[in-house]
Amino acid sequence: MPKRTDIRSILLIGSGPIVIGQACEFDYSGTQACKALREEGYRVILVNSNPATIMTDPEFADRTYIEPLTVEMVAKVIEAERPDALLPTLGGQTALNLAVRLAETGILDRYGVKLIGASIEAIQKAENRQRFKDAMSRIGLAVPASGICHSLQEARELLAIVGLPAIIRPSFTLGGTGGGVVETREEFEAKVAWGLSASPTHEVLIEQSIAGWKEFELEVMRDQADNVVVICSIENFDPMGVHTGDSITVAPIQTLSDREYQRMRDAAIAIIREIGVDTGGSNIQFAVNPANGDMVVIEMNPRVSRSSALASKATGYPIAKIAAKLAVGYRLDELTNDITGTTSACFEPTLDYVVVKVPRFAFEKFPAADPTLGPSMKSVGEVMAIGRTFKEAFQKALRSLENGRTGLDPRYTDVDEIRRKLRTPTDERPWLIADAMRQGISIDELHELTRIDRWFLDQIAEILDMEGRLAQAGKWGLSPELLRAAKREGFSDAAIARLTGLSGADVRARRLEAGIRPTYKMVDTCAAEFEARTPYLYSTYESEDEAPPTGRRKVVILGSGPNRIGQGIEFDYCCVHGVLALREAGFETIMVNCNPETVSTDYDTSDRLYFEPLTLEDVLEILDRERPEGVILQFGGQTPLKLAKALEAHGVPVWGTSPEAIDIAEDRERFRTLIEELGLRQPPSGAARTAAEAEAIAERLGFPLLLRPSYVLGGRAMEIVPGLPKLQDYMQRALSEAVDRPVLPILVDKYLESAIEVDVDAVADGEDVLIGGVLEHIEEAGVHSGDAACSLPPHSLPEPIVETLMAQTRALARALRVVGLINVQFAVQGGTVYVLEVNPRASRTVPFVAKATGRPLAKLAARVMAGERLRDLTGGAFAPRPTGMVAVKEAVLPFARFSGVDVLLGPEMKSTGEVMGLAPTFEAAFAKAQAGAGPGLPIGGRAFLSVRDVDKGAIVSIGKSLYDMGFELIATRGTAAALAAAGLPVERINKVLEGPPHIVGAIEAGQVALVINTTEGDRSIADSYTIRRSALLFQVPYFTTIAGARAAVSAIGALRRGELAVRPLQDIPVA
Amino acid sequence: MTKAYLALADGTVYEGEAFGADGERAGEVVFTTPMAGYQEVATDPSYRGQIVCMTYPLIGNYGVNALDAEAARVHVEGFVVREYTARPSSWRAEGSFGDYLRRHGVPGIQGIDTRALTRKLRTVGTMPGILSTTADDPAALVARARALPGMSGQDLVTGLGPEAPVEFDEPDGLGPYPPARRHVVAYDLGMKTSILRQLRRAGCRVTVVGPRTTADEVLRLDPDGVFLSNGPGDPAAVPGIAEEVRRLVEARPIFGICLGHQILARAFGARTYKLKFGHRGVNQPVKDLATGRVEITTHNHGFAVDPQSLPDDVTVTHVNLNDRTCEGLAHRRLPVFSVQYHPEAAAGPHDARYLFERFMKAMER
Ligand SMILES: Nc1ncnc2c1ncn2[C@@H]1O[C@H](COP(=O)(O)OP(=O)(O)O)[C@@H](O)[C@H]1O
Ligand SMILES: Nc1ncnc2c1ncn2[C@@H]1O[C@H](COP(=O)(O)OP(=O)(O)O)[C@@H](O)[C@H]1O
Ligand SMILES: [Mg+2]
Ligand SMILES: [Mg+2]
Repeated sequence: MPKRTDIRSILLIGSGPIVIGQACEFDYSGTQACKALREEGYRVILVNSNPATIMTDPEFADRTYIEPLTVEMVAKVIEAERPDALLPTLGGQTALNLAVRLAETGILDRYGVKLIGASIEAIQKAENRQRFKDAMSRIGLAVPASGICHSLQEARELLAIVGLPAIIRPSFTLGGTGGGVVETREEFEAKVAWGLSASPTHEVLIEQSIAGWKEFELEVMRDQADNVVVICSIENFDPMGVHTGDSITVAPIQTLSDREYQRMRDAAIAIIREIGVDTGGSNIQFAVNPANGDMVVIEMNPRVSRSSALASKATGYPIAKIAAKLAVGYRLDELTNDITGTTSACFEPTLDYVVVKVPRFAFEKFPAADPTLGPSMKSVGEVMAIGRTFKEAFQKALRSLENGRTGLDPRYTDVDEIRRKLRTPTDERPWLIADAMRQGISIDELHELTRIDRWFLDQIAEILDMEGRLAQAGKWGLSPELLRAAKREGFSDAAIARLTGLSGADVRARRLEAGIRPTYKMVDTCAAEFEARTPYLYSTYESEDEAPPTGRRKVVILGSGPNRIGQGIEFDYCCVHGVLALREAGFETIMVNCNPETVSTDYDTSDRLYFEPLTLEDVLEILDRERPEGVILQFGGQTPLKLAKALEAHGVPVWGTSPEAIDIAEDRERFRTLIEELGLRQPPSGAARTAAEAEAIAERLGFPLLLRPSYVLGGRAMEIVPGLPKLQDYMQRALSEAVDRPVLPILVDKYLESAIEVDVDAVADGEDVLIGGVLEHIEEAGVHSGDAACSLPPHSLPEPIVETLMAQTRALARALRVVGLINVQFAVQGGTVYVLEVNPRASRTVPFVAKATGRPLAKLAARVMAGERLRDLTGGAFAPRPTGMVAVKEAVLPFARFSGVDVLLGPEMKSTGEVMGLAPTFEAAFAKAQAGAGPGLPIGGRAFLSVRDVDKGAIVSIGKSLYDMGFELIATRGTAAALAAAGLPVERINKVLEGPPHIVGAIEAGQVALVINTTEGDRSIADSYTIRRSALLFQVPYFTTIAGARAAVSAIGALRRGELAVRPLQDIPVA
Repeated sequence: MTKAYLALADGTVYEGEAFGADGERAGEVVFTTPMAGYQEVATDPSYRGQIVCMTYPLIGNYGVNALDAEAARVHVEGFVVREYTARPSSWRAEGSFGDYLRRHGVPGIQGIDTRALTRKLRTVGTMPGILSTTADDPAALVARARALPGMSGQDLVTGLGPEAPVEFDEPDGLGPYPPARRHVVAYDLGMKTSILRQLRRAGCRVTVVGPRTTADEVLRLDPDGVFLSNGPGDPAAVPGIAEEVRRLVEARPIFGICLGHQILARAFGARTYKLKFGHRGVNQPVKDLATGRVEITTHNHGFAVDPQSLPDDVTVTHVNLNDRTCEGLAHRRLPVFSVQYHPEAAAGPHDARYLFERFMKAMER
């Protein structure tokens, strides 16, 4: 059956901001879907609140709405656009939940919008744990014993049936937020309480724990004619109990015989039929008892998922694209396999390589968080690697992580410590296993400790055998045969160097001398049975290379590796734009990246895709064969920039700003000199290698100070230090961490209090400088620019200051001879402008500025790097482009994932993503940004105010505005006194320490609509911690800075006036 | 570590490491693409006369067990893999795959670029080769490989199957079979055990006969239907059988699989021809032309039926979606049909198992 003609326009919902459990994989799937649907001639209407996505580029849809993903706002889009259909299965859990609510509230019916892809019935059958369980028993499949409860009392009754250990899982949450395995009654009660609150339906599933069983996933596709195919099978290295998102996973399945696999396949097909997913992809998870093969079903996601993205990258099969085509009526057998161009899309890909995904965590950002891995996802990103053996793929994946390791680097030697640490799964597990083997712990014991399948443990043991051979051979005994054998097992040059005592350069030299070079093979969906035409490549040490470089003019763009806090989708966006711009300019574009979630690693984004680690070794091998005209490093964040000097030393033509200029910007001393030469200002500062040096600097500058280690991204380990004791404490921690590394100096800056922070993004061509946008932060300097909300254009800065900021940016860009992107961060303190830092590279805000102004900064930068002039590209317009709209960016923070972590913001970046609010006024834009990023602002109710002494003056005007808008005010004693003194009626409420009834009780009881809480000093931070934490968990909007609170109050005014209208990007005038 | 060589008739030599038995074997070198099921492949009699390259690189992971064998012995001539795992991990494992090959006297080679080999076979076509763990002169191996005959014209069926009719009743690991409602005589041309198990599951009593059995001998066993099995080699070279089948066509419902399908086609006077590199794997899309549904199916064949050469009263019922080759045929009037692929799967998906039911229905009419 060909495509449907009864629908012409389709609404697609994106997945919103990047959060743990929902990252750029949904930009990848949404972008594919947009392309696929437009290719078929449908009018595509897209809603997503995340400006850093490729899918929200105005070229990808007919109508692009960057709006909060709420029922109200999407209803407005539906009202304005009257789409014929809604496709909800490509925007993750967010889109699916929203579609359900749009249906339940009658909006879809009212406007005659048909759901395509999956029906409400199917979605609910899959998502509602009880209905899913019933469905499974109807088709004779086992699920773990379980029950649903809505209260603690019900839970206690259930426990009698399910028994301990049990697993607690709230319904309808992302990535299992709130879930966990409990062993004792106390743990049980606590987890249930938490789960009840985390579930939007206040519903918790209590289930028999089968932690330790083998965990598997199948990616299944179905068309409306009921053809079903399995695209990919995945085996989890970490057994049941560790969320698949946090597990190392391997494709295809390694340890099941065909008989067992087919049984699982039969079950998967029966499930997709029973649930009734009409068309598209689904992800189904299974557990298998390793002792007897018993199989149970864990869950089904009736939509494209994180694993689908992985499966697409692992097989080459474009799941999202095909899902979109199936949704509009095509059948699988009517579609062609893109990779071969000749065979059918109705088939099951077969691999002739092994794919390993390893998650990347960010526990270093949240020292208070528990790093134990469990059923609720905690990782922030992932890498994937492809090799011809598990060993090769695994080691490639480990070095792709960019955690400073070259492979299975040793760390622990104390046997007891290793045993203890292995008992609970953490992000360190692969390295601990290797350490354990080095200490002689047997595979059997390791299997007992970790329940990881012996097959995987054996593979690691084989890697360690090779490690032993290398170490034994040493410098002198490293024969070409041994070197080749090690390379075939995936050892990096750096790891071989570490083991043999040679330098990395020596290993490379010997390798080249012996002619041991990687070969490149294609990911082709069919194990070479048919010829492939898409050069999607991976390296391996084999005999045949099947993808000789072309003779075209070409550019290599290095990607940004795994997502992490501080380096996420924004950089992938820039890479993709670089590719698009240079393809347009006639270059062959070559992408190198190892992040399976991204658009950049889609096989049809660039002309050639190398799915490879971004280490010097792997990159050099590619550059050596491709010999491109240029290599672009500045789009991928710190990952490629780290390689700048080394690549230049190898004679690689680095395009854009020179590595030398990058060094000037990153090196404090050289940068200071530059600032002085330009007559600009910087916060006074110093650098200390010892505690004594730091104290001397403190003496000179006075407190508060801002301390940080050299060379960091995302403000890692940055702290504001109010006085001497904290300074000593910081230095002690910093120096002890640096024991095994050369001591880089600790940078000490004067902390500028009450300063307004500003980001400026620009593009330069060595002569002209185009200012993309000036972004005024809402929170004052001291809140990391990645975590601060900001406004474009500036909402309060006087015009002359904005002019100064632009002039300084131009001066800096010229002085550094920037070719490409530059981002400058300023602090404006009482009319004085300080330069905080200069990043001569893509910044996190580039996509935001591009969306807000309609100017594709990254594309311009790419063209400039290729030698074109800004003058010619823009016709000489170098000032920010006015649009009549205000764009507000708000950060999204992962605190809810990490119990025990405070929500206060500081100079260390903690957010995972962002949303944009776009409106004619700052107030309305801010209100939209709040609605997009969190629970949204209330228009009435009780506002709780509790502020530190310095803010007591400011809180009065905030309190008055709230009171005037009809809010009831409640406050802790001091704040209440301040408000009362100003004549405002206010009710005093207890702090927690003062005893019940207290504020936390009121929040939990749903009696508080808004929390404003500023605090300082360890003591009061600790005292008020539970207030912020409970606001977070009970989804009460909270503000921890006065600046944020002020903006919120003005936005509430806009909300009350009903000012939120929707408008697509395509309708925003571009000057 | 023992060295092993795989020498091809075109002069290519791959050097790897030996596993399995020591020795030297010749055969047509072919590749197959399933990611699991190496034991089923090794024991599938259709691979007689062939050295099989597994495109999936890691082989041996879950060991071997009695239930997964498709025959009592290993039929491949040699096994070619990228990496063999000697230490299996599975509750089902009764031993390692390497030991299994050794017990059956079949050599294996590991450590070679199996993708390069596959690409060669795809572009040049399958060709004769020699796998040796004992030779030390690869040039001599190549010379001998060059002298080997091709697969066309080779009868590899004669000598297979039982001497006298035997009843099949081996378990399939899924509990007792249902009571038999119909009696099938199955020509064993190199039959996979799974086919017999499927016939038993469908409710048949099965009597297995050898390839030399005449139509009269079959009819004397008083079957409700006749089954023609899969098997190795060139269908055109199996002596006499097409004539016997022609006589059975009017007499009883017939169901054929793979070689059985080709022989049925030949019985109707159709032509069979050799494919460049065959279909071997478990992911081939086949469309049932009657229902429009697509089945993902298991394949293992180097020859195919030329649909143009079928007589008018025989129609093509299934086609391969990748290359449009004939995957199934049926007589317009008579309850006689066959498929080129393997509905019994093993290894592979179960999408086409309905065909055993269809055969049952044909016999019940
Ligand atoms: N009954 C159980 N016993 C032990 N672990 C479980 C059980 N059910 C789920 N898990 C673990 O929790 C993880 C998350 O559960 P899942 O149902 O897949 O939820 P999500 O929607 O978060 O993916 C699984 O990947 C698995 O490791
Ligand atoms: N001297 C300072 N006074 C006040 N705040 C500062 C100062 N220096 C840095 N900050 C704050 O710290 C944040 C991170 O510092 P920055 O130098 O931009 O590091 P990163 O490289 O992590 O972006 C800034 O966004 C700003 O809010
Ligand atoms: Mg899951
Ligand atoms: Mg910064």
